Amino acid sequence: MALGIGCSSRPGKAPNNKTGSWRVFKPKFNHEKCTKCGMCKTICPEGCIEESEDEFFIPNESYCKGCGLCAEECPSDAITMEQEEK
Amino acid sequence: MLEITEGSHAVAKAVKMSRPQVIAAYPITPQTHIVEALADMVADCELDAEYITVESEFSALSACLGASAAGSRTYSATTSQGLALMFEVCFNVSGMRLPVVMTIANRALGAPLSIWNDQQDSIALRDSGWLQFYAEDNQEATDLHYIAYKVAENPEVLLPAFVCFDGFILSHTYEPVDMLSQEDVDRYLPAYKPVQRLDADDPISMGMYATPEYYLEFRYEHDQAMKRARNAINKAGKEFGEMFGRDYSALVEGYRLEDADTAIIAMGSLCGTIKDAIDEMRSAGKKVGLLKIRCFRPFPAEEIRNALSHVKRVAVLDKNVSVGAKGAVAIEVRDALYGKALPVLGYVLGLGGRDVRISDIRNIVSLAESGKGDQFYGLRTEVL
Amino acid sequence: MAETCELFDCGHRACGGCGAALVSRLILKATGKDVIIVSATGCMEVFSTPYPETAWKVPWIHSLFENNSAVASGIEAALKKQGRKEKVVAIGGDGSTFDIGMLCLSGAFERGHDFTYICYDNEAYMNTGIQRSGATPYDASTTTSPAGKCSKGNTKQKKDLPQILAAHGAPYVATASIAYPSDVVKKIEKAINTPGPCYVQIHAPCCTGWGFEGEKTLAIGKLAIETGLWVNFEMENGVVTRAKKVVRKPVETYLKEQKRFRHLFKPKVNAEEIAKIQAIADKNAEKYGIDLKLKNKADPVVP
Repeated sequence: MALGIGCSSRPGKAPNNKTGSWRVFKPKFNHEKCTKCGMCKTICPEGCIEESEDEFFIPNESYCKGCGLCAEECPSDAITMEQEEK
Repeated sequence: MLEITEGSHAVAKAVKMSRPQVIAAYPITPQTHIVEALADMVADCELDAEYITVESEFSALSACLGASAAGSRTYSATTSQGLALMFEVCFNVSGMRLPVVMTIANRALGAPLSIWNDQQDSIALRDSGWLQFYAEDNQEATDLHYIAYKVAENPEVLLPAFVCFDGFILSHTYEPVDMLSQEDVDRYLPAYKPVQRLDADDPISMGMYATPEYYLEFRYEHDQAMKRARNAINKAGKEFGEMFGRDYSALVEGYRLEDADTAIIAMGSLCGTIKDAIDEMRSAGKKVGLLKIRCFRPFPAEEIRNALSHVKRVAVLDKNVSVGAKGAVAIEVRDALYGKALPVLGYVLGLGGRDVRISDIRNIVSLAESGKGDQFYGLRTEVL
Repeated sequence: MAETCELFDCGHRACGGCGAALVSRLILKATGKDVIIVSATGCMEVFSTPYPETAWKVPWIHSLFENNSAVASGIEAALKKQGRKEKVVAIGGDGSTFDIGMLCLSGAFERGHDFTYICYDNEAYMNTGIQRSGATPYDASTTTSPAGKCSKGNTKQKKDLPQILAAHGAPYVATASIAYPSDVVKKIEKAINTPGPCYVQIHAPCCTGWGFEGEKTLAIGKLAIETGLWVNFEMENGVVTRAKKVVRKPVETYLKEQKRFRHLFKPKVNAEEIAKIQAIADKNAEKYGIDLKLKNKADPVVP
């Protein structure tokens, strides 16, 4: 692979770094409590919360660092943090 | 067309005809006449460029960096303290492989403050990864700008370039200069086509950081580009010669060197004085010649070795000093001649605007003949 | 499930709960893809672009710590010359913006380039290990303004950069906080659509540097606003046109949540210093008129 001129690169390679491996706690989403407001998706610093076809929100575990912001900010308390099983 | 013109104005005209899209510059003596002339051209709609009147040299080169990354041909000019303020950006522009061209009206660096000529400023940036051209006279200063753009923008090179000419000595001197026409320049130097640029339709990240896994390789690539610049200069200089009759294909140029016993090596306007001195000494039967270094980066080590294969001694004249060592050119010439039993004697002279005359060159040749060198020449010992 | 995320890509190396990472996302949410980003050296640049893993799916450039405004000036000039329409957005942390990049920033604003400068303000040099900057608040303990036996932390108050830039004639200057993400997006949209140099300063709490748990990033930001220690406001052509009103809480509620102010509470409460910080909040409240008057009560709720 040739180096990018002057230390440049096309986008697309950041996802090679699976930051999910950093996680100690993991968010668990309770779809019964979820009002689909989307706050979790808006404020996730990873931008790794995705909307499923039925409009519920699901964290992409490859990147979720388990920071807990979504659980803290969820207005319906629909997200809880649980110890990651490794 | 032959014009009697001030060096700075000749350079400004060459820059105009090179059609830069973005100019960013900050005034500093003795560069001012160039940037003032360019401002006039923009004000009179003779030059269709964005002219950014920045608040410092640091921002001048930073703005050029941005404009170049966005895909425009860019230009700046500076000298001395201004170039020193650009130090950090210089390494950045070259590391990011952006073909900015910048005129250096060579001037001494403070302290002590001096507005007068030597070449310490650009020499201090010799490790910065820029091409460095040095002009002997205003004709060369003018022509080298076209060459600089052509080489810098060559996709095999992609390096920024200094075109250095001696402050005041050339920048403020009126000389006859054969100016190319705009049609000539357009034929020689087509519009800039960037290899890559910042563009929302084709996003790229530029200036990323390199971990130890990559940094060494990026520096190697930079060095390789500088090596490839050698051929690019040969080619661009030859093409210029074929089109306009002045051949700049060689990185060095000999003057009455063929049968010389003593070779003088120098850069810039000093070479004119040396040529006159050589003519006088030749008349008196002394076999002296000159090897002018026109391109200091890439350093023409092989050319120097070949050109000096027959001489008995080499006197290198440096308008700079690497304090604690020697003049930078002397150091590098000696390195180029490593393994040859050839005395290379260095003379630091002309610093801070001290005039160098024909008699000085004669004296230096005498010193070289008696094996005395590696010294400051022309000291006023009475004030020490 | 898609492997890549939005315009700001997954896989970046920010700390969990990083305020600046959220700023990156919100910026690109506001700008969309027709933008050129100019990053200063700092946390955001470092966590998003180790070669070759860039997280930026828009054109992005980094040159130095202190020159992003000047680089942006050059890009803006080039785009103008080439007849291109991308917006130019320069981003810097508070160290870059308030301190080392101030010369370039002032120059670019004075010249009136059409670009937006966004400062993610985490109130210290976080990338180099939490040293104080011109944006560090009074009494905050940092690694170069540590609290100690004869030190109460940072001895200076935060530089008022929005006012300085407004004084340059900037048509739009705003402050925002990641605690209110849609407000951030709205203000950036307004900035990039206002011709001329605009400035948005975004409070971006840093869990690592300030000493709180990552899940509290937004909550801390909210407390800064609710105590009056951070004011969200907008200035148009030098005049404050809007400021977020709050029912103010005492500053302790904000300070005691963060390790950088722990010395004000332990080993004993330093009422004198806390009063000084309260005075800063009171002054902010008065200056920007943020105190919300409750109905049927004569006085604002300030303890």
